[in-house]
Amino acid sequence: MIQITMPRLSDTMEEGAISQWYKQPGERIEAGEPLVEIETDKATMDYEAYDSGTLAKILVPEGELVPIGTPIAELDDGAAPQEPPAGAPEGAAAPEPGLPEVPAPSTSTGTAGTATEAAPEPAPIAAEIPAAQPSSPAAQTGTPRILATPLVRAIARENDIDLNRVHGSGPGGRIVKHDVEALLGATPPAQPNSPEPAPAAPSAPVPADDRRASEELPLSNVRRVIARRLGASAREIPHFFVTAVADAEEFMRLRTELNERLVAAGRPKVSVNDLLIRAAALALREHPLVNASYQGDDATTMLVHHRINIGVAVASENGLVVPVIDDADRKTVTQLGAEAHALVALANDRKLTPEQMSGGTFTISNLGMLGVEEFTAIINPPEGAILAIGATRREALAVGEEIVAHYRMRYTLSADHRIIDGALAARFLQTLTSLIEDPWTIIA
Amino acid sequence: MSVKTYREALHETLRGELIRDERVFLMGEEIGIFDGSYKITAGLLKEFGPKRVRDTPIAEEGFTGAAIGAAMLGLRPVVEIMTINFSLLALDQIVNHAAKIYGMFGGQMSVPMVIRTPGGGGQQLGASHSQNIELYYSFVPGLKVVAPSTPADAKALLLASIRDEDPVLFLENLALYNTKGEVPDADEPAQIGQAAVTRQGRDLTLIGYSRMALVAQEIAEQLAESEGLDIEVVDLRSLRPLDRQTIVESVKKTHAAVMLEDDWLTYGIGAEIAATISDGAFDYLDAPVRRVAMAEVPLPYSKPLETAALPSRDDVANAVHETLDAMARRR
Repeated sequence: MIQITMPRLSDTMEEGAISQWYKQPGERIEAGEPLVEIETDKATMDYEAYDSGTLAKILVPEGELVPIGTPIAELDDGAAPQEPPAGAPEGAAAPEPGLPEVPAPSTSTGTAGTATEAAPEPAPIAAEIPAAQPSSPAAQTGTPRILATPLVRAIARENDIDLNRVHGSGPGGRIVKHDVEALLGATPPAQPNSPEPAPAAPSAPVPADDRRASEELPLSNVRRVIARRLGASAREIPHFFVTAVADAEEFMRLRTELNERLVAAGRPKVSVNDLLIRAAALALREHPLVNASYQGDDATTMLVHHRINIGVAVASENGLVVPVIDDADRKTVTQLGAEAHALVALANDRKLTPEQMSGGTFTISNLGMLGVEEFTAIINPPEGAILAIGATRREALAVGEEIVAHYRMRYTLSADHRIIDGALAARFLQTLTSLIEDPWTIIA
Repeated sequence: MSVKTYREALHETLRGELIRDERVFLMGEEIGIFDGSYKITAGLLKEFGPKRVRDTPIAEEGFTGAAIGAAMLGLRPVVEIMTINFSLLALDQIVNHAAKIYGMFGGQMSVPMVIRTPGGGGQQLGASHSQNIELYYSFVPGLKVVAPSTPADAKALLLASIRDEDPVLFLENLALYNTKGEVPDADEPAQIGQAAVTRQGRDLTLIGYSRMALVAQEIAEQLAESEGLDIEVVDLRSLRPLDRQTIVESVKKTHAAVMLEDDWLTYGIGAEIAATISDGAFDYLDAPVRRVAMAEVPLPYSKPLETAALPSRDDVANAVHETLDAMARRR
């Protein structure tokens, strides 16, 4: 019998929800076949069986959210029943954790021979430093054993703690002392285990009340991650904002002409946003220090990224997501449009992979299509800046002595002042503005 | 107290013991007329004469065997083997005779001798002259192996070794001879088999001996300053007998250990330390014991390759960081 546990499917995943079981108890499953669909904080993904067998038992029903490492199903592979789950007492004769007067290491010889059924790994020719970390629980479906350090097991024994209910923050989900300290009450509760730095001042809980006729709506995993990350970004990053305005008359004319020809050629149209992604990418190429990341107060260096990977904030049907288009400065506007289109479709289907939502070096958020004139955005860490784009609309503009109606577009760069100064931000916007005002240079 | 180099501490201790006890005499290659390959015995031939300070032929097995015989008959020989690499030529004498005579002859006589010998890579001496093979001797019951890391310990442990009734392999290190430290003026022998906690801390135990004990100390101070880490340092000082109690007590307090060794990882001293911690402090461990050791190659002559093969300070800091991260203790 093999116990299948909630896998860790992304770096930030702490818990996952079962969205759908593809197999029912009694059904046969082959290794590599999708077994269950799991919703994480970022995406919905199929999880495949690592071993073949018969699905014996579903332990977590559809719709339920459990921490990683929690057993979710049992797979009958024809092997003998497994040992009781960890957390049960480990035999009455718990070893005395002291040493005798003269510490005598036990000398066990002749123990080989019993546990040698599995073929041993071939010995490497050059010795390698053995991995100190266990492989992730997802990679060892066959082991029901909870990963916990000896110290944690001792503490759990002494304090009757059920390790099944403890989330492990060590490598591979290993439970370490830090994770059980909160349960002991002796020490302050542990911070929630998040890859982001712990918040300096966590928001105080706001109770629901009758006066305001409040109702509690559950926060989705996606929303909770957004809340935490944006909270940390707004608290920790010294944002500053620089706004510029472009005469977008030529830009809009170019787009109209371009689209007429594309339609005539039977090719998909390009959007204002597609042109702006490329324009921003070209401006970043000219100002590489904007395409950069601050590495923390202890670091003596900052990171400058040589690839320009632009995240595009998408208000999907399932909440805000920021899929990333890699090497945006090396792709044509049509390519960028096709890629953005595909990513939005995936976002609406919750099929974006963590891979597609990470690795960005700069983000663009465009609320222009919703009529917003201009706005400021919060930086998407660890990036150094984000561009917030407002609507393109006709305005009265003085050209020489005449007042004419021209398309105008406003945009605001939010920058991390720890690595980007005002003049750099201004120069970046200058480049962007001249690209928009001479739009042939965008597609050139 | 006065500040001395490791070399001076050894030299003065040898001289003091030659004066104190006329049974003490020195033997080895180039230790007399040439003043010793590393000048530990400089001037002693002139002061004490050829009966007390004997230059030998290049014949490690021969002069080590002669010293064993002298010790059995009541003298206190202190043999210098130019580097630990050459002790391999005397391996049979050391392992099969010095270590076993007391037991095999029913305690009728002991072998109170000292073999002083430096180990250590990093001097571009090539693979066969850069080894740290104290492990070979630490493995053998009947021998004692000590490995001082400071001038004060060099004195205290050499006093103890010369006055001990058993054969002692006294491990020096080429990289330590010029290091300086406070040395007590009085002759106070150390207790062989006792480790020292050279820095108190709560976050993690760094363990080393000889040169690596100093590296451990430096890294601990550095990480305290740069990151506020509170690292405990254990200097083993003696590899046989091994002070398991001190190691275990420290890990019980810190819940994690990183062992530094200048030898190869596989079957190395660190493996024994890891086993000791597993035996004595299993229920106190919050992370696997890590070992930082040399690359498993004959040490290259080329300087960049030699440097790359030896454990670096970055290797140590990484192991510390990874261990603390594994316990979610670094934020």
